[in-house]
Amino acid sequence: MQLVLEKRAERSNTIALVSPLIAIGLTIVTMTILFAILGKNPLLALQAYFIAPLTDGYSLQEIAVKATPLVMIAIGLSLCYLANAWNIGAEGQFLIGAVAGSWIAVKTQGTDAGAWVLPAMLVLAAAAGALYALIPAICKVKFGASEILTSLMLVYVADLLLDYLVRGPWRDPNGFNFPTTAEFDPVATVPLLIEGGRLHLGSIIALLVVAAAAILLGRTIKGFEIRVVGAAPRAARFGGFNANQLIILTFAVSGALAGLAGIIEVAGPVGHLQPGISPGYGFTAIIVAFLGRLNQIGILIAGLFLALTFIGGEQAQIAMKIPLDVTKVFQGILLFYVLACDSLILYRFKLVFPNRQVARGAG
Amino acid sequence: MLDPTPNGLHSGESPLLQTVGLTKRYGDFLANDSIDIDIWPKEIHALLGENGAGKSTLVKAIYGLIQPSAGEIRWQGDRIVLSGPSEARSRGIGMVFQHFSLFDNLTVAENVALGLDGKESFKDMSARLEQVSKTYGLPLDPRREVWQLSVGERQRIEIVRALMQDPKFLILDEPTAVLTPQEADQLFIVLERLKAEGRAILYISHKLEEVKRLCDTATILRGGKKIQTCNPGLETAASLARMMVGGEIKEVKAAAGRQTTIPRLVVNDLSLAPDEAHGVRLEHISFELKGGEILGIAGVAGNGQDELFAALSGERLSKDPGTVVIEGIAAGHLSITKRRKLGAAFVPEERLGHGTAPRMKLSENALLTGHAASGMVNHGFIDTAATLKTVDKATETFDVRKAKRDPEAASLSGGNLQKFIVGREILRNPAVLVVSQPTWGVDAGAAAVIRQALLDLATAGAAVLVTSQDLDELAEIADRIAVMFHGRLSEPLATRDATREKLGLLMGGSSLEPKEAAHAVGA
Repeated sequence: MQLVLEKRAERSNTIALVSPLIAIGLTIVTMTILFAILGKNPLLALQAYFIAPLTDGYSLQEIAVKATPLVMIAIGLSLCYLANAWNIGAEGQFLIGAVAGSWIAVKTQGTDAGAWVLPAMLVLAAAAGALYALIPAICKVKFGASEILTSLMLVYVADLLLDYLVRGPWRDPNGFNFPTTAEFDPVATVPLLIEGGRLHLGSIIALLVVAAAAILLGRTIKGFEIRVVGAAPRAARFGGFNANQLIILTFAVSGALAGLAGIIEVAGPVGHLQPGISPGYGFTAIIVAFLGRLNQIGILIAGLFLALTFIGGEQAQIAMKIPLDVTKVFQGILLFYVLACDSLILYRFKLVFPNRQVARGAG
Repeated sequence: MLDPTPNGLHSGESPLLQTVGLTKRYGDFLANDSIDIDIWPKEIHALLGENGAGKSTLVKAIYGLIQPSAGEIRWQGDRIVLSGPSEARSRGIGMVFQHFSLFDNLTVAENVALGLDGKESFKDMSARLEQVSKTYGLPLDPRREVWQLSVGERQRIEIVRALMQDPKFLILDEPTAVLTPQEADQLFIVLERLKAEGRAILYISHKLEEVKRLCDTATILRGGKKIQTCNPGLETAASLARMMVGGEIKEVKAAAGRQTTIPRLVVNDLSLAPDEAHGVRLEHISFELKGGEILGIAGVAGNGQDELFAALSGERLSKDPGTVVIEGIAAGHLSITKRRKLGAAFVPEERLGHGTAPRMKLSENALLTGHAASGMVNHGFIDTAATLKTVDKATETFDVRKAKRDPEAASLSGGNLQKFIVGREILRNPAVLVVSQPTWGVDAGAAAVIRQALLDLATAGAAVLVTSQDLDELAEIADRIAVMFHGRLSEPLATRDATREKLGLLMGGSSLEPKEAAHAVGA
C-alpha cells in the first residue's frame, strides 16, 4: 500500500477554501508541541495567543490597526504574485513611503500649513513607494535581473536611509538625542475614527483598497491580463498581453500601496518617524497574501488573523514570558503549511494497493 | 477471436509476448479493459485506434512504465512483472517514442550512451553505434550534435539506440508522423529487415494505408477495449476506420463553385532571425492568399512552421511593416491584438498553454482572443454575459461536449477543446484565419467537424492558411499546397498536381526542376 498524489481533472474549489484552515489547524498542532517543549502549558499559551486578544475592546482595535498595513501591502503583493512577478521587497517600499511622506511633515513642522499636508504626504508616499518598486521591476525587464533578489536587497537600503535621516538631518532637536523626528503636527496626522481610541482613517483606506482590487481583478480586462500572464504566460502572449508591462504595472501598484501603508503607519499609530516603525509588516504581508489565497476577501481575513498573532504574541510575552520571536516562528510555520496544503487544490491523496490479481491470473 | 496469421509458423510455438486480460484503471476510468494480444516472432503487428483508445496505456504497460491494475504480461510463455523500462530492455523489449528524448547540445554518441544501461567504454560504444547504424542502413555520424540534425535523423538515433540493445521485440509509436513519404519508405525497409531477422515489432499508427502495406496483423482498440485482431491486408482502409471509430465518419465536402476574391493575406519576402538558440531562421518567404481560398503548408515539423505562425500572428514582430499584409494593410510591425482588429484570427498548434489558459474557464478563454474585437470589453470592464454567449454559441455550432456550461479548458478532451478553439475564432467571422495543425491529436469525428468548418469559412469568403503534417488532411481541404523546408517556403502547387512523391521531395529539401516535375506528373 502506498500513498500517492494524483492530479485532479479540475481544481477543487472546496479545497481552495478549506486549505488555509487545514494549514492553520496544522500550525496550531505544531505550536502546541513547541509550547510543550518550551515548558509552557500549551492550552494557556494558545489561550493567550488566540482568545485573550479577542476579549477586550482595546485589543480588538489594536488588531484592526495592525491589520491595516498588512492588508494594504498584501493586496498589492497579490497583484504581483498573480502576474508571476515576485516582489519580496514590500518592507523596503513601506519604509521609503514612510520616509517620503515624513519629509513633508518634517518640512512643514511648526508652520501654519493647512489641511493639504496629510493628502500631500499620502500622495508623495505612494509615489515614492511605486518608484522604489520600479527599480527591481525595470532591472528585471531590461536586464533579466532576478526581481526576488533585487527587491529584497533594496529593503536594507531603505532601512539604512531611514536610520541615517532620523539620526542625522531630521532628528528632533528636543528629543534627548533619540533617533526620531519630532511628533508630527495635527495636520500631518491620520485622524482617529473614535475619539480616544486607536482605530484610524487608514483602516477605511485599507477597506477601499480591498474593494478596488476585487473590482480590478474580477471585472476588468486589466485584471484578467494580470491573471492570465501569471497562469499561462504563452497563452497571455497569444492573447496580446505584454508580460513585461504587467511586471512594471504590478510592481508600481504594490510599491505604491506599501508606501501608502508606510506613511499611514507613521502619521497614524506611531506619530513620528523612527527606526523600527515596522515589525516586519512587508514580510508578514507575504504570508497574508498566500494565506488569503491571493483573494481579496481572503487577504482581509488573513490580515486580521496575522494581526491577532502579533497582539497575541505580545500578550503571551507579558503573561507567560514566551519570547516574542515565537510569533515569527509561528508565522513561518504557517506559511510553510499554507504552501504545502495548496498542492491539494490541484492534487489529491490516493491510497494505491499493489495489484495482486497478477499472481491470481497465472492459471 | 480469429487467429490473425494462419501461416502455420506459429504451431507448436508460444507467442513472444502476450497480454492476458490486461486492465489499467485510473480512478473510475478504464484506460485498458481486459486486453488480450499475442505478438509472434517475425511479425509486424499494428496497434490501431483513435486518441484515447488506450494504445499508449497498453504499450506503457508492456514497456514497464506503468503497472497494470489487473491481468498479466507473458514473455516467451512465462508471466513477467516488469519493475520498469530498464528491466523491459534487459529482457529484450525496446521502444522508440513519438517524442524524442534527446539532448540538443550533446552529440549523437553521447545521447546514445546516456540511454544505455551497459558498462562498455564510450569508445567501444561509439564503434558499435557506427557499426549498427551501417548494418541497418541508418547512417549517423556519432560526433555530430543533435541540434544540427533533421527530425528524420533524430529518429534514427532513437531507433539505433533501441537496436544496440539487440531487442527481440521493438515498439514504435507513430514513427512516420515526423517523416517525409520517402523517409517513411526507408524506415519500412529497415523494419522489414528487422522482421526477417526474427524480431517482432509493435507498430502504433493511425495511417491506415501504411498499416495495410507494412503490417501482418492489426489489433484495433476503441474506448480501452480490444475490438478485433485482423489481417490488415484483407481489410480496406474504410473498414479499418470503421472499426477504429465505431461507425461511419462524416465525409467532408467542399462547396461547389467556390470563388476566390481579393488577396486578404500577403507575405512579402519575410525573413526573420530565430529568437531561440536552435530555432529556425525564416528566409525570403512570400505568398499571396485570396479570400475563398485555403492554402496548405506541408513539411516535417521543426522546419520553421512555428516561427512562421509567430510572425503571421504578431507574437513576433518584423521590423518591416510590409512583410505581412492583412486586408491590404501593412501589419508586419503590428501586435497580435491590432492584427485581430484588422480581421485576422489565429489557432496555434498547442491547445493547452498556448491556445488556451488551461486552468481558466472557457468564458475567460473566449475573452483571451475575443477582447480585441468582439465587443466583450466596455471601457475596460468585462462583459461576462458576452463571453458566456460565445461559449454557448461555440458549444452549439461545433458540438463541444463538456460536463457543465463553463468548465476549465483543461477538463475538456483534446477534440472538444480544439472544436471550442476553432469555433471561438470562426464565430468572430475572420477575414483571415491562420491555423496550425488543426486536427493534431483529435478524434476522427471532431477532425471532420473542424475540417468542414474551415471549408465553410473559406466558402464564406475568408482566406484560410492551414499548416499541417498530415498530407491527407491537406489534400482533403487545401486548394494549393506549399512545403516548408529549413525556413524556406516552396512555390505552392495546385492540390491536384501535388502528388505524395512531389511533396515528399520538397519536404526532404529537393527542388522540383521543371524536368523532374514533368517526370513526377508522369509517374
